[in-house]
Amino acid sequence: MSEKRKTPMMDELEKGPWPSFVTEIKKAAAKNESAADLLGLMERSYEDKVGHWKHGGIVGVRGYGGGVIGRYTNLPEEFPGVTEFHTIRVNQPSGWFYTTDALRSICDIWEKRGSGLTNLHGSTGDMILLGTQTEQLQPCFDELSSQGWDLGGSGSDLRTPSTCVGPARCEFACFDNLDLCHDITNTYQDEIHRPMWPYKFKIKIAGCPNDCVASIARSDLSIIGTWRDNLIINQEEVKNYANAGLNIRDEVTDFCPTKAITYDAEKQELNLKGEDCVRCMHCINKMPKAVKIGKERGASILIGGKATIVQSAFLSWVIVPFMKMEPPYQELKDLLDRIWEWWDEHGKMRERIGELIYRKGMGEFLRGVGLPPVPQMVYQPRANPYIFWQPEDFEENK
Amino acid sequence: MAKVMGQTDIGPPDFRKFLPPIVKENYGKWQYHEIVKPGVLKHVGESGDELYSVRVGSPRLVSIDWIRAICEIADRYCDGYLRFTSRHNVEFLVSNKDNLEPLLAELKEKGYPVGGTGNSMSNIVHTQGWIHCHTPATDASGIVKAVMDDLYEHFTGMDLPAKLRVALACCLNMCGAVHCSDIAILGVHRTPPRIDHENLAKTCEIPNVIAACPTAAIRPDPKNKSVKVNEERCMYCGNCYTMCPSMEILDPVNDGVAILVGGKVSNARTAPSFSRLAIPFLPNNPPRWPEVVEAVRNIVEVWIKDARKGERVGEWIERIGWENFFKKTGIPFTDKHIDDFIFSVPTFRTTTQFRW
Repeated sequence: MSEKRKTPMMDELEKGPWPSFVTEIKKAAAKNESAADLLGLMERSYEDKVGHWKHGGIVGVRGYGGGVIGRYTNLPEEFPGVTEFHTIRVNQPSGWFYTTDALRSICDIWEKRGSGLTNLHGSTGDMILLGTQTEQLQPCFDELSSQGWDLGGSGSDLRTPSTCVGPARCEFACFDNLDLCHDITNTYQDEIHRPMWPYKFKIKIAGCPNDCVASIARSDLSIIGTWRDNLIINQEEVKNYANAGLNIRDEVTDFCPTKAITYDAEKQELNLKGEDCVRCMHCINKMPKAVKIGKERGASILIGGKATIVQSAFLSWVIVPFMKMEPPYQELKDLLDRIWEWWDEHGKMRERIGELIYRKGMGEFLRGVGLPPVPQMVYQPRANPYIFWQPEDFEENK
Repeated sequence: MAKVMGQTDIGPPDFRKFLPPIVKENYGKWQYHEIVKPGVLKHVGESGDELYSVRVGSPRLVSIDWIRAICEIADRYCDGYLRFTSRHNVEFLVSNKDNLEPLLAELKEKGYPVGGTGNSMSNIVHTQGWIHCHTPATDASGIVKAVMDDLYEHFTGMDLPAKLRVALACCLNMCGAVHCSDIAILGVHRTPPRIDHENLAKTCEIPNVIAACPTAAIRPDPKNKSVKVNEERCMYCGNCYTMCPSMEILDPVNDGVAILVGGKVSNARTAPSFSRLAIPFLPNNPPRWPEVVEAVRNIVEVWIKDARKGERVGEWIERIGWENFFKKTGIPFTDKHIDDFIFSVPTFRTTTQFRW
């Protein structure tokens, strides 16, 4: 882009109180031709009401099948700076903790090797380096790697696992989800970097049922912290909340989904019927000083969550109501291996694990991976008698 | 300079290297937290240590200049430690309380929005849109900017009935947790793919194109060495276009935006749930999508007025009923709202219990 193209619609989006992505593109454009052409291309999209990107070709770095998304504009003559504008996914540290030195090391590389634009962060959790040329990919990776960074997943592989802030700064964390995320990310480097499956597979790890990383909606395998014993109540702190003006009945106990917890306004005390509690977190969220998670802690494992494409969106389904989560996490890893083997064997191309389970039946999945059926897996049993009986169900086969 | 060769499979840096000392000391031993004011969290450890986190909204698409600027701030007030949230916010981790007010003052002076905690609207989780996606039905960053400008006071304040999670995906692939958001802004295609018969066989694997269609609307067309689309069965998901660039789905005239409401991912109180269709179509009207901004504001305002304290959008709708949601918001209910895809049956009412 030799002449400075006018961008009135982009300029309009610099107004207003919320920080502007256009301002960010302009900052990068002051130093980088690709970013300048991205701004022009965006204005063109705003005029045409259509995107101007072509499908990704196969681009990447040596030894990896994923981590780079190829992107080319369909208007290369008009915007030569974005003829190639590939994305690099950099695997974020667990819980998105950084030092300023670490972030600057990325900035220095990206200033030299790319557009200077990033997403903090992408949907899967990676740091996204947005826009560079094919010839820059390998040197960029080499420099990232020499600074201790690695690429995340893309395509039909294990996508970069991600997790919430966990025990680093949250009293609700039911296990060390930061450690688990780091551990499995390292255990499954091959699965992350070399696509070999029917389709993508996402793992997200939430420290508690509040699920701040949306694992139940956004991951094929959701690991959600929970506990098995009772809530721990500190009645003195209950009184403090009451005296500080919290309307405990209206704001806390009336919302209890199972009426497991009730409030005695006279005594200013909470009463718990432990067997009715479903560990939803509401009372804990509202009164963190007074109500705490139990002591027998672990996680629930759920499977199949995904967005709408293709068959419909699924929320993940419970397959293990409770599993201890302690290093080296062998029980979880063994289960993952069995799940992936079953999916690999039965899955069609571009069939997520949830769709496969729906197609083959949950019963067949559970038998295939060797998980015992328990009532926590369903809201209610089936209402039809169309059972797929197995040979071993019959006396003569026993 | 000697050529550096990248080592593969080293994995991400160990997060432990990036934890501030106060976090290392209180790891797993936090006692409770409070929201001191909008955007400011105070976590107290069993040790009595106090950590303040200051949450700042970002535009998600940020330059390295922006990253360096926030690094300077973190060096000044946080000994160089910071983190990001799952919703594109930065959190400055302040272990020295004396630094809190000077940090807030500098953030205010420089125009960084502080908020997104408690009963507020957090940052909008969103996709790439026209910035980088190849199947978008709309832009992402532009709509997000326009909506956040309009609802800014709900990010910096905590006056909502409950938390509000808005998400945007630029096509029906629904990247991001759009399908489980209080309010989902979704780019939609509405016309079947236009087939480039000349190039299709050259650029695409025909069996894969056929298999990509969830409604089996795509059939082989051996005469043209191409495929045919049964347009009555197409629901414009764009899955075939993802597999094959010769199935053009982008449509500048007819693409636009749908609004879905009432989803959530948290297990708190009610089970996680999907967002459901409120408005089937709004036009693409850049640069500020006024129809979308107005529609989102309307839903938020009716919710604020009508919800009980603590009710998220979906919980509010569950209590008042969808029939009253449409009445109170003035959104017309149409045949488009009645599900006719695969799992429609459980959405049909099987009781005489309803409201007028």
